[in-house]
Amino acid sequence: MLIQFVLNGKPVAVDVAAYDLLADVVREKLGLTGTHIGCDTSQCGACVVHIDGRSVKSCSTLAVTLEGAKVTTIEGLASPSGQLHPMQQAFHEQHGLQCGFCTPGMVMSAVDFASRNPNPTPAEAAAGIEGNFCRCTGYQNIVKSVIAGAAAMRVVK
Amino acid sequence: MLNFEYLRPSTVTEAGAMLGKMSEARPLAGGMTLIPAMKLRLAAPTALVDLAGVPELNGIKVDGKTVIVGAMTKHADVAASADVRRLIPALADLAGGIGDAQVRNKGTLGGSIANNDPAACYPAAVLALGATVTTNRRKIAADSFFTGMFETALEPGEIVTGVTFPVPAAAAYEKFRSPASRYALVGVFVAKTTGGVRVAVTGAATCVFRASAIESILAEKFSAEALASLRFPADGLNSDLHGDAQYRAQLVGVLTKRAVAKLS
Repeated sequence: MLIQFVLNGKPVAVDVAAYDLLADVVREKLGLTGTHIGCDTSQCGACVVHIDGRSVKSCSTLAVTLEGAKVTTIEGLASPSGQLHPMQQAFHEQHGLQCGFCTPGMVMSAVDFASRNPNPTPAEAAAGIEGNFCRCTGYQNIVKSVIAGAAAMRVVK
Repeated sequence: MLNFEYLRPSTVTEAGAMLGKMSEARPLAGGMTLIPAMKLRLAAPTALVDLAGVPELNGIKVDGKTVIVGAMTKHADVAASADVRRLIPALADLAGGIGDAQVRNKGTLGGSIANNDPAACYPAAVLALGATVTTNRRKIAADSFFTGMFETALEPGEIVTGVTFPVPAAAAYEKFRSPASRYALVGVFVAKTTGGVRVAVTGAATCVFRASAIESILAEKFSAEALASLRFPADGLNSDLHGDAQYRAQLVGVLTKRAVAKLS
């Protein structure tokens, strides 16, 4: 089935089977490997992308359902000139990652969360990234990153 | 995942006709349970009828003393709805505590109650508030909707279109969640309705149920102290790696007291 949607601001058309998952389609068919597949059981959040501005787990989303949707992956956050999104910059500055495997999903969840909760407390920030697992950091610096990123997003707005 | 036919109707009538034609077809709501089950081949429908393109199934309306939530309304939208927050804040709280943010951005009310997972949150609200489930064929009272483990009164080809929640005088939901799955190990929804006090328990048994013994205590005196000597029986409750039947019975009492204390 040929489906058309907007990926990171650009229209794409891609041939998918009914059972193809969005995570596999962006990685294998569209070559965007920033979206990671960790658990493949919708637990870990490494595969989080935005569909129409909301964070979802792409390993539990059928690509065929996306006709006409707007999809943003981690590759779509930085500006075309390479300037990082404020949330990416915050993860960099606050040392919000170690191995980095969970980071794309973590950042995508954090951007959606901060857009709805621009001034979170540490507890709110931790709850906001509940759907994302990190097996390195213990989350302390990730929570700091989310708060700093939210503050930077307020300024950019 | 095994292959299947993907169908995208734009009206409920069309969706009903598609489901009626193929016995192994299933409706797709948010897919938060169905898609993982299909990946594990626990479910292998020959066709999915995607309800996301049916606008009449989505949205929240206030009608007199009821709140009507469309079947395809997402948990995040119920949690954020100003109408739900004002009229049935316990329902908004419940929706805001389901799964994680990503589940709440896709999962739907209709999907949750049609699936009737023994540990799902929404069935407790639907049952305790004495809501009415509307389908493409009829209206079903909550008391006769949830019939067993993953079983409901829905017939093949029948689609939940929405749920009508009567606005209660007061209501609260308390949940002891599994930290891994975020499902309710036990969840208790207490509501003061025009039909009296209703208490629905999820997570504890094979299907959501009303705790009538607790309801009669609370009908006499609505206070946490009235429940001080409550020993909820463990008979028939679930035992699994998360907790045995005695533990769940204890949780029913504790969570009911917390919910009642919130309202006193």
